[in-house]
Amino acid sequence: MVERKFFDEMGPDEAQVRAPYAEYANWFEGEDPRSLLKKSAEAETFFRRVGITFNVYGQKEAQERLIPFDIVPRIIAAQEWRQLEKGIEQRVRALNAFLADIYNKQEILRAGRLPEHIIAQNEAFLPQMMGMTPPGGVYTHIVGTDLVRTGENEFYVLEDNARTPSGVSYMLENRETMLRMFPELFTRMKVKPVSSYPAELRRSLSACAPPNFDGDKPSLAVLTPGIHNSAYFEHSFLADQMGAELVEASDLKVIDGRVQMRTTRGYRQLDVVYRRVDDEFLDPLSFNPDSLLGVPGIMDVYRAGNITIANAPGTGIADDKALYSYMPDIVEFYTGEKAILKNVPTWRCSEGDSLKYVLDNLSDLVVKEVHGSGGYGMLVGPAASKKELADFEAKLRSNPDNYVAQPTLALSTVPIMTKKGLAPRHVDLRPYVLVSPGRVHITPGGLTRVALKEGSLVVNSSQGGGTKDTWVLGD
Amino acid sequence: MLGRTAGGLFWMFRYLERSENTARLLDTGFRIALTGSENSSESEWESIVTTAGGREAFVQKWGDFDQANVTNFLLRDRDNSSSVLSCIEAARSNGRMVRTALSSEVWEAVNEAWMTLKEQLEKPVSVKNLAEVLTSIRQHSSLVRGALHGTMLRNDIYDFSRLGTFIERADNTARILDVKYYVLLPSAAHVGGSMDNMQWETILRSVSAFRSFRWLHEGDVKPKAIADFLILDRRMPRSLAYCLSQITGNLTYLSRGSEEELKSLALANQLDARLNGRDIDDVFEEGLHEFLKEAINQTANLASQIQDDFRFYG
Repeated sequence: MVERKFFDEMGPDEAQVRAPYAEYANWFEGEDPRSLLKKSAEAETFFRRVGITFNVYGQKEAQERLIPFDIVPRIIAAQEWRQLEKGIEQRVRALNAFLADIYNKQEILRAGRLPEHIIAQNEAFLPQMMGMTPPGGVYTHIVGTDLVRTGENEFYVLEDNARTPSGVSYMLENRETMLRMFPELFTRMKVKPVSSYPAELRRSLSACAPPNFDGDKPSLAVLTPGIHNSAYFEHSFLADQMGAELVEASDLKVIDGRVQMRTTRGYRQLDVVYRRVDDEFLDPLSFNPDSLLGVPGIMDVYRAGNITIANAPGTGIADDKALYSYMPDIVEFYTGEKAILKNVPTWRCSEGDSLKYVLDNLSDLVVKEVHGSGGYGMLVGPAASKKELADFEAKLRSNPDNYVAQPTLALSTVPIMTKKGLAPRHVDLRPYVLVSPGRVHITPGGLTRVALKEGSLVVNSSQGGGTKDTWVLGD
Repeated sequence: MLGRTAGGLFWMFRYLERSENTARLLDTGFRIALTGSENSSESEWESIVTTAGGREAFVQKWGDFDQANVTNFLLRDRDNSSSVLSCIEAARSNGRMVRTALSSEVWEAVNEAWMTLKEQLEKPVSVKNLAEVLTSIRQHSSLVRGALHGTMLRNDIYDFSRLGTFIERADNTARILDVKYYVLLPSAAHVGGSMDNMQWETILRSVSAFRSFRWLHEGDVKPKAIADFLILDRRMPRSLAYCLSQITGNLTYLSRGSEEELKSLALANQLDARLNGRDIDDVFEEGLHEFLKEAINQTANLASQIQDDFRFYG
């Protein structure tokens, strides 16, 4: 037998099932694997018919793909979750305090806890936000903290995703699918519901109405780049579930100092916009002048206190990979406590000693682009060929500032359903956090992404990853 | 409702209607090819392409008006914006844009139509499979329509969807008649040979009216009665008069609560009056061709007035 070196969340073998999975394992024992595989196929048909897809860029014809869904849930015990919740809340509060500071007094820089150049030379830092407080003091209304697990009590934050984290529609649809396919499991196990997320999002956004709003119900809209955006399904899903308008930039116009939506009966005021377009495309007058996705003048309306933009422009500075390595300091600086959730040790290749270490240990490390996302442009040392390592070494040497490196984490595994039965695959977890004045709400669970290829550590959907429903058990 | 959403609904249903009309035209063409004489079929294919509004594009790309070329052009040519494939893709794409305004049944019906037809039309359709494909097109558009009727609120979302349907349909019926108007003229009536019979049948079939016409007229096929049926008869769901009465109804609903009368409603009322209580002899006197040309132009004007009145575009 091959010895497993990864922590499996269901348990090392059939005889030693971990407690949160005990009931599931009992149930599974009594099921016919063939009928489970059939259910798997049914789930796929359902996703396709409903159009739960994401678009793939770079193809000539806009292609819509399904994110593969695995029917084995990822299960987290109540106690484990409470610990995670505390850690996430602490981290998210720190992020907001950091943003308020960095766009106002910059005390953390003055205290010398963060080098100045890391802010000043960062594209994600928006000078336009200096001295301005967003409505309710909230910068990051929606956060998706990426977590990975390496052992019984070891969780790491991989990324903070404080701009526009996506995937929450999959969290909700995955649960719906599981409820439809395995109702009996939900009667046997107490699983905390996730379905109130859209209502919570609505409440949370409404609580951040702009300062000059004086009605009783602010109008809400989701701003999407349009049907060709990779997350368009999610944009329409959230608008639908929240009862908000789904708008494109061409629907919006600044009239009389307000952002207005063009309706069939004239223009109507918009108070809170959950934008799913990047900062640089938000307002061609303030940022990228070529942007067709933006609303000219929206930043002026924002500064005048007549609209709320969620997440606030400029929040990207908080989840920048260059800043990540400073997060333990940041948490401590603003909360006065040690960070509950661990940071992955990170070597900044811009620093000479670190670069040397990274080059010497390239085959053991994961190297990421400072501004990259989606798993693109990244090197997974242990899985790379000699040629890939050599190519990457050249890239590193020519532009070291562009990279950070981390040890290859022994990501935990959770079984997936395969033709040969259950088989362990590596996973991560993205819980969704809503922030409103004085309140942090975390939906129990989140999106579990799973690397479907045996041995693979890359969970991104653009790189062959799938998703699982995530269950947080009640007490 | 957002103006863009109204526009998306309008176009989604225009395209769906068009896909069905294109499929029906092709169906009719096939019938003629199978039953008609050798030398007439080429010109029939040509007039079908003309009716579908793509004559120039066809000649440039495909050349000869034969069955295989016309089938490809009408069913699956992406360069032809009125091909079934183009229409279904455009309908689904508009549907995706206005997804939050649709019931899940309507969305799923249009999404499934797109998934199925895209696959069926991926490769050229052989004569052997044509009937099956045409049936599939018809069934899918019926499913969307049924879902619309059965599950959608009767509010402005419904009105914009219906407007798109009937604008497209009025245009389609007028075109079909106009391409063939000469076979309906009284001067042609006295001939009444087998050629004419076939032409008349073509017209009726291309608006799915062959049986209903026979039912009402007990098999007595007269060109004047055909013109009357397709232009003025309000019992016939594809006649110009029926389409206009529906359009007027939907616009009346949409104009409730607005202070001044909508220009589109005024225009629709004007067009409706032109058809209401008219005698078909009047129409012939005015000149059938002129009457139809005017109907086509006015329908286009009405469509663009609707677009302006309800702010489809910025």
